[in-house]
Amino acid sequence: MNKETEIILIEDNMSDADLIKRVLLKNKLVNTITHLHDGQEAAEYFDNALADQDRFLSMPHIVLLDLKMPKVNGLEVLKKIKSDDRTKSIPVVILTSSNQDKDIAECYRLGANSYVVKPLVFDEFVRAVSALDQYWLLVNEPIKQLNEKI
Amino acid sequence: MDYNDIEILLADDNDYDADLITHALNKGKMAKKLLRLRDGQEALEFIFAAGEFELNRDIACPPKLILLDLHMPKIDGMKVLQRIKCSPLTKTIPVVILTSSNDESDIQLCYNMGANSYIIKSVDYIKFSSVLIEMARYWLVINKPAVINNLYLL
Repeated sequence: MNKETEIILIEDNMSDADLIKRVLLKNKLVNTITHLHDGQEAAEYFDNALADQDRFLSMPHIVLLDLKMPKVNGLEVLKKIKSDDRTKSIPVVILTSSNQDKDIAECYRLGANSYVVKPLVFDEFVRAVSALDQYWLLVNEPIKQLNEKI
Repeated sequence: MDYNDIEILLADDNDYDADLITHALNKGKMAKKLLRLRDGQEALEFIFAAGEFELNRDIACPPKLILLDLHMPKIDGMKVLQRIKCSPLTKTIPVVILTSSNDESDIQLCYNMGANSYIIKSVDYIKFSSVLIEMARYWLVINKPAVINNLYLL
């Protein structure tokens, strides 16, 4: 992982991603966001980061993860992050349009820290992302270092 | 008080901290259905409808949010967290660790055991109050909880 990355955003919808990044950067609570465009890119990113120990200088504050993505879906990415001892302590916030009980249940079962449904109304979407940002960057205490094998 | 209609369960053995937390959440109108318990054993009995809560609690009606101190008598917060996050019926309840410990190994261990979030108690009352209100709003309004009776969970 890039030593500066504070938020990892995994989102295939470009307009949602642009809006999320704009809100996050405007709030000025983070300087660096790593945007991964689909589940496969995300899986490779984590595989590469874990294979290269020198790149682990600090941990991201959160991963914002969409569910419905092509190639490799969000649940697979969530499983990957939460099943590895070295990454399972990174908070993962599901940010998705799905309001389905089975998706919500499965995400929590796999260890998601939080689940937020993307509002359909623009202003509400902005407010939700802003609230997410405030909470996970200002209120929550993140892990600072790579999790040593326990 | 209807023990099956609790929104926030606060487990904290320190009376001063517990009063401060309750007061702050009351001011933010987020503590109408808050229950404070004093140790880890009481917390587990409440959540799992056992012991003193066997007759007046239904495990299928959990609190919406658990605020958990770490260092408590009888059973400590880590063990409470572990038991909550190991049971399919309770693992989806959001658990926020609310503690004075800023020990990196405590933070890491809590996240590893499935804590949803970790907040360090501030000595600045005004700052801490606004943190508490923001925390309650996030978990009770913005976060989408799992439906506990959902068969997908079992």
